[in-house]
Amino acid sequence: MEKIFKRCQSLSDLPMHYCPGCGHGIAHRLVAEAVDELGVREETIGVAPVGCAVVAYDYWNFDCSEAAHGRALAVATAIKRVHPQKLVFTYQGDGDLAAIGTNETIHAANRGENLSVIFINNAVYGMTGGQLAPTTLLGQKTSTSVDGRQKQLHGYPLKISEILAALPGVYYVERVSLESPAGVLKAKRAVKQAFQNQLNNLGFSLVEVLSPCPTYWGLSPQAALQWIKDVMQKEFPVGRIK
Amino acid sequence: MKILLSGNEAIAQGALAAGCDFYAGYPITPQNELIAYMAKHMGAGTKRSPGPSRIFVQAESELAAISMVYGAAAAGARAMTSSSSPGISLMQEGISYLAGARLPAVIVNIMRGGPGLGNIAPSQADYFQATRGGGHGDYHLIVLAPASVQEAYDLTQTAFDLADKYRIPVMILGDGILGQMMEPMQLSVQKIKTAPVKKWALTGCRGRKPNIIKSFFMREGGLEQANLKLQQSYESIKQAQIRFEGLFLSDAEIVVVAYGTMARIAKGAINRLRGAGKKIGLLRPIGLWPFPQKPFQSKARRLKYLVVEMSYGQMLEDVRLAVEGRHPVEFLGRSGGGVPSEEEIIGRLQRML
Amino acid sequence: MIQRIIIGGSGGQGVMLLGKVIAQSAMLEGKQVTWFPAYGAEVRGGTSHCMVTIADSGIGSPYITAADTLIILNQPSLGKFKKLIKANGLLILNSSLAEAGRQTKIKVLQFPFTGIALKLGNLKVANMIALGVLVAAQKTVKVNNILKVFKSMAGAENPKLLEINRRALEEGLQLNHG
Repeated sequence: MEKIFKRCQSLSDLPMHYCPGCGHGIAHRLVAEAVDELGVREETIGVAPVGCAVVAYDYWNFDCSEAAHGRALAVATAIKRVHPQKLVFTYQGDGDLAAIGTNETIHAANRGENLSVIFINNAVYGMTGGQLAPTTLLGQKTSTSVDGRQKQLHGYPLKISEILAALPGVYYVERVSLESPAGVLKAKRAVKQAFQNQLNNLGFSLVEVLSPCPTYWGLSPQAALQWIKDVMQKEFPVGRIK
Repeated sequence: MKILLSGNEAIAQGALAAGCDFYAGYPITPQNELIAYMAKHMGAGTKRSPGPSRIFVQAESELAAISMVYGAAAAGARAMTSSSSPGISLMQEGISYLAGARLPAVIVNIMRGGPGLGNIAPSQADYFQATRGGGHGDYHLIVLAPASVQEAYDLTQTAFDLADKYRIPVMILGDGILGQMMEPMQLSVQKIKTAPVKKWALTGCRGRKPNIIKSFFMREGGLEQANLKLQQSYESIKQAQIRFEGLFLSDAEIVVVAYGTMARIAKGAINRLRGAGKKIGLLRPIGLWPFPQKPFQSKARRLKYLVVEMSYGQMLEDVRLAVEGRHPVEFLGRSGGGVPSEEEIIGRLQRML
Repeated sequence: MIQRIIIGGSGGQGVMLLGKVIAQSAMLEGKQVTWFPAYGAEVRGGTSHCMVTIADSGIGSPYITAADTLIILNQPSLGKFKKLIKANGLLILNSSLAEAGRQTKIKVLQFPFTGIALKLGNLKVANMIALGVLVAAQKTVKVNNILKVFKSMAGAENPKLLEINRRALEEGLQLNHG
């Protein structure tokens, strides 16, 4: 019988710890598939965030570094400068990339570092128990915005991808979404594109991935996907930004 | 041939001589000459820097600078950053991660007045922060405290070697006077050193299993094991890496204990008193962690110590721990830009005699 | 032998440079020397100073609390540093921009360095005229070593610049003879 689906070489055989319906497992696999297809597993160095994906390096099968919360792009800047021939990417959540690490994010982008960023936006802090994130939607309830996000109190959802797209040092920004098989396929293309850009020395590339967090959205996995489509994509429209 | 260099420039020159190939920093007085010197001499492929290509990055903050050093060290480079007190406080996050991930790096702190924004005057008030680890967790840095421009150059080279040997961050602890002062010094003509092969470094996993650089150990007992390994490493450092200078110790009735710039000022005072026949000695810790305890285990019956610092008494605690109550320990210190003068030290010693 | 010199003036008068020339010349003579600047915001405008210590053996503090010699190029610096000069010490003063007032316990050599520099055609060499006075009075360093230092400094490839510094030094040496 022909084998049509197998584990990527860039994935380890460790079972993932993520909640049922979480998007991280899919996003990890997309990264691994892209690395495999580009044939660069042995030339890849990943930088994992602090957040739910903190042990992403356990699931990938290539060299990886941990970074302090928010500092992934500073760490990646240095790794890429030391090894300009390697594929260096960061994998970061919304709190990591767009709150505590906003400074590192904007300046790495503005320097035009030849890096790829996989930015997982699930509109909430997952690992710490579902607190308000920079990308939390107006009205969305979290453990630190118990009556829902209010613009008077918390400001607006931060559209970091649009901000980064305005910087001349940034080459490529695309927002994708894991709400459907079609969305996942588009996401895969975007991740691969971001890596390919780096291999072609084109500069800073970022893929924002709208990703479900059923646990802290208080929804079933299926309802969470629907919520991405019906609510989240209204605030964060998918498609090529730059 | 001797050249006239400032302490800041000498540290930079020492780093270049040691084969430092990655520097990231953020401007802060009084160490700006250091970052400027690195910017001028690290740039790859310029006429100014023949030899291996090196990387210089001006970071967006000290937080980013130390994380860049972390990334470069993880990638196998000989990495360094420099700053001054408030900037070093910001770097504590990354320093703790360097220690936890067992990454070699050199961190320079040209201390200024604190707390808070303080001022830019020389100070030694970051001793606790430097020698106790500084950030969160059970860890230490090797801390080296040069007292002259020449020693700043020499110890910076030592720092890179120790960092690689023990996979540990090493701090060069100076102050505004040492950083700013110019003195004649000799450049050693030794060949540029290259870092040893680092099998653990991130280089892409061709022909081997993936390497992971991390300080996170969630599995039960995992962190305790990792921390015990750190402690073992610290024990071997304590055995092998004790550095101090002793002057007139054999017949001294009072031993002045001081480090860095304060030690050279104390030396001036001691030489003047020796000229007048007074039996004063000097004990200058060169390594602050590990702290040289043995030289304090004197059995002399009549012996007093005077600790002199540009702080209100930080190394004082280590001296008291080392003396273990056998002899009286007195203290003279100023802070916030005040520097005890030779005259003040002489006055105090005369009262103690 | 140990000699402690404080040099004070305003930003732009070449106070730091003067100190470095003395320090480098002393280094060429195999002496111990430290040069310690005022650093930070005070360097821009206002007063600027540096401290040079020259000795036969190891130097303790590079920070000077009692100076053998003061070289003062403007009035505010005189106010700031006159209390640091030792009894019987030497004050070399730029009378173009400062007045010594009544001084009884110290020796004063005052000349209009700025005025003389203007006559030479470059305001910025007032510092080197003061250096000439220092060297003539105290033999701190040898003139030929100062000339060597001039030649090794930035801008030395400009023969005009080198020449005017040399002339300024010469002018200072003469002043004190007269």
